[in-house]
Formats: sequence, structure tokens, C-alpha cells
Amino acid sequence: MSPVIKRKGERFTLPSKYLLFILTVLCTVLMLITFGTDVFNRPLNVVVGYVIVPFQQGIEKVGGWLSNRSEELVQIRKLLDENAQLKAEVAALVEENTLLQQDKYELNKLRELFELDGQYAEYNKVGARIIGRDSSNWYSSFLIDKGEEDGLAVDMNVIAEGGLVGRITSLGPNWSRVTSIISDNVHVSAMTLSTEDNLTVTGDLKLMAGGCITFGQLVDGQNLVREGDKVVTSNISDKYLPNILIGYISSINKDANNLTKSGEIIPAVDFEHLGEVLIITDQKKAVTE
Amino acid sequence: MLRKIVVTVFILVCFVLQCSVSVALAGIIPNLMIILTSSFGFMRGEREGLLIGFFCGLLNDIFFGGFLGFYALLLMYIGYLNGKFCRIFYPEDIKLPLALIVVSDLSYGIICYILTFMLRGRFDFAYYFLHIILPEALYTIVVTLFFYPVILKVNEKLEGYERKRAQKFV
Repeated sequence: MSPVIKRKGERFTLPSKYLLFILTVLCTVLMLITFGTDVFNRPLNVVVGYVIVPFQQGIEKVGGWLSNRSEELVQIRKLLDENAQLKAEVAALVEENTLLQQDKYELNKLRELFELDGQYAEYNKVGARIIGRDSSNWYSSFLIDKGEEDGLAVDMNVIAEGGLVGRITSLGPNWSRVTSIISDNVHVSAMTLSTEDNLTVTGDLKLMAGGCITFGQLVDGQNLVREGDKVVTSNISDKYLPNILIGYISSINKDANNLTKSGEIIPAVDFEHLGEVLIITDQKKAVTE
Repeated sequence: MLRKIVVTVFILVCFVLQCSVSVALAGIIPNLMIILTSSFGFMRGEREGLLIGFFCGLLNDIFFGGFLGFYALLLMYIGYLNGKFCRIFYPEDIKLPLALIVVSDLSYGIICYILTFMLRGRFDFAYYFLHIILPEALYTIVVTLFFYPVILKVNEKLEGYERKRAQKFV
């Protein structure tokens, strides 16, 4: 009797250790191939997109509805107080707004003069709903309910509440995966808004619970960067569009090499309570060699 | 055939539940895939364990992995090793399943840490163990207490159905 094929009635079955060996080889080959290329992503993403995503959309709707109802009950009293406060705030803001409108008018005129409008023009955006989060506890990525059919592409930037959330790293016809900037393996090239010093923002699992991310490689020779400074995406990043708000510096430390500084940033986006995000459909122009 | 359909539905439901934001407790999610893979491993043997592990992992790879094959390989071996305990498994005994699932989840967490975190220079194992791996294992155990009886019941029903069919053909 051959060791590979065992006879059991009329059917042939492969012993499980050989199956294990074959699948191990398959996995290793898959890993080697997909590490550098993404040849299998297309068909697989399409198939799972049609099988899984409808379920996820459904469950997210039910879950969202339930949590909304319970939150509503708790928050009615709080909302009444808040409403009074907000009314006062609106009055103040209206006044401020008129002042800003005047400034904007002046700014626009100046921009036209400098022909800078292209760089600062408003980006085109598409809204999407979050339908699932990373199934492990290690990284922080999530799935949204729009994909290639809605005109999205890999590397498009994702924002919410006026701040940077992350970028699209994988997509199917009706879903995409967004890897957020707080994920442990993500680095974003950024700069401080006030002094335009470049720095690198890195996600950190350890600080995630406290709602912080780290930064490093900040060369600040004149000691001008302060806590509370705004950090935005830099001009030199090849994935992220410039001048999207990332967050505010909460602490700065000098590195052991005495040349660079590092510290922590509080992100502008509340990653715990994201429901909808905006995808910027404009992409950074890539330099083709 | 019926078994294949039922198991596929189980895998899909587990994956969708695990991705949904609503099951998270204090930012930690239980590992339903491990429960499924191990249970079928020690209930049905190496072959079924490794196949279910492979497909659970592959699904995870497609949606969340940087490249294909990593989670598939990991879960496949977990299913296979759990299948080794098929011989000493009795449906009435809940201690062995609980122990196997906890050990599987802990080793899954530790391997994930070593391969995707330690190799990137994040050496604070104590922190990650206490804040990610251990809470996940505990939460998984709590979920197992409710989820495992369901799997066991479904498996018994399936085995009963298969026996009946086999007799009919004889």
C-alpha cells in the first residue's frame, strides 16, 4: 500500500501530514510571491468582496443602530446643556466668521497674485462608512464600504473630522482597507506648521490606549517648536497630500544624539469613535522615473 | 456536503463578527477564529483542523494581512496540532477544550508578537503580553464558554446526520 494514497472504500484521501506539508509549501510560496507583488490581490479581493462585505454592512448597521439608541437615552440631558452653550458659542463664531470672511477675501486676492491657488485648492472628497475593524489586536486598520467601483484607488488619503486618518492600502470592487496612522507599523512624513521643520510621525501600540502617537527625527536647531504646535503632512511625503492636519505636539524630548528631537503627538482625529470617513480622491503626483 | 456548507457558514460568521466593531470590549477583541479552528481540530482530527485553520487564516490575510499566507500558515498549524488531541477528546469534558483553546490563543499571540513586533525592534514583551496577549486570551475563554457548546452541538447533529446517510446507502 502506498504511503501517499490510502484506500478507504471507493474514495482516496490524502493523509493529513502530507496535506499539511503541501499547504505549508503553498503558503510559503504565496508569501514569497505576494511580499513584493500583488498578483493575487485582484481576483481574491473581488471574490471576498462579494461574499463577506454584504454581511459586514448588515451587521454594522444593526450594531450602529443599537449603540445609537442606548447612547441617545444617556445623552439627552447632556445635550440640553450643551445646546445652551453652543448657542452662545454660535453667536461668538458668527462674529468671528465675518472677520475671517474679510480675511479670506483678501487672501484669495493675494493668492491669485501669486498663482498659488493650485496648491491650496480644495481636494475632491468622497464619504464612506466604516464596516469592520482589524480582526487582530495588534494593528489598527479598518474596512470601508466603498472601493474601486466608486473611483477609489490604493494610496488615496483618508480624513475625518478635519484630520488625517490614514490611507487606502488594499481594495476590492466594493470595499477598501484603510491603514490608520496610529497603526504600529506606519510612518508618516510630517512637518510642524509654524516652523516647517520636517519630522516623522510613527504609530505606537503602547501609546494607542492613551490616544497618542510618537514622532521623531525632528531637527529643530533654533528651539522654536513648542508643545501644542500643529503638525501637518509634509510637502515631501510621496503618499500623503501636503498640509493635512495630523495633530498637536504634546511633549518634546531631546534625543540622546543631541541633534534630533522626539516626543508625542495627540492626533486631531478621535480614532476610538470613527463612524464615517472622507476619502480624498486627488492623489499626490508621483514622479515617474 | 452538508458539513462543508455548515463549516463555511461558521467561518464566515466568525470572521464577520470578529471584524465588527460591536464585539470589542475595552478595545480588545476575542479570537473567534482560534476557537473555531481548535474546536474542529480536537473534535474532528488533524485534517479538518488544518483545513479550517487554513481558510480562516487566508480570509484574514486577504483583508488585513500585508501579504498572503502568514495567518493561513499560523492557523493551519494550530488546527493541525489541536487535531493531535482528537484521541483523548470526550464531548462531556470541557476542561481539555478550554485548556487547548487558551494555549492556542496564547501561542498565537506570542508568535504574532515575535514575528511582527519583536523583529521590528519592539522589545517590551512584558507590556505587550499583559496588555494585548493576556486580555485577548481571557476574553477568548469567556466567549468560548458560550460559543463552544454551540459548535459541539452542531458537530453532534452533523455526525448523526452523516451516520444516518451512511446507513441508508448500505
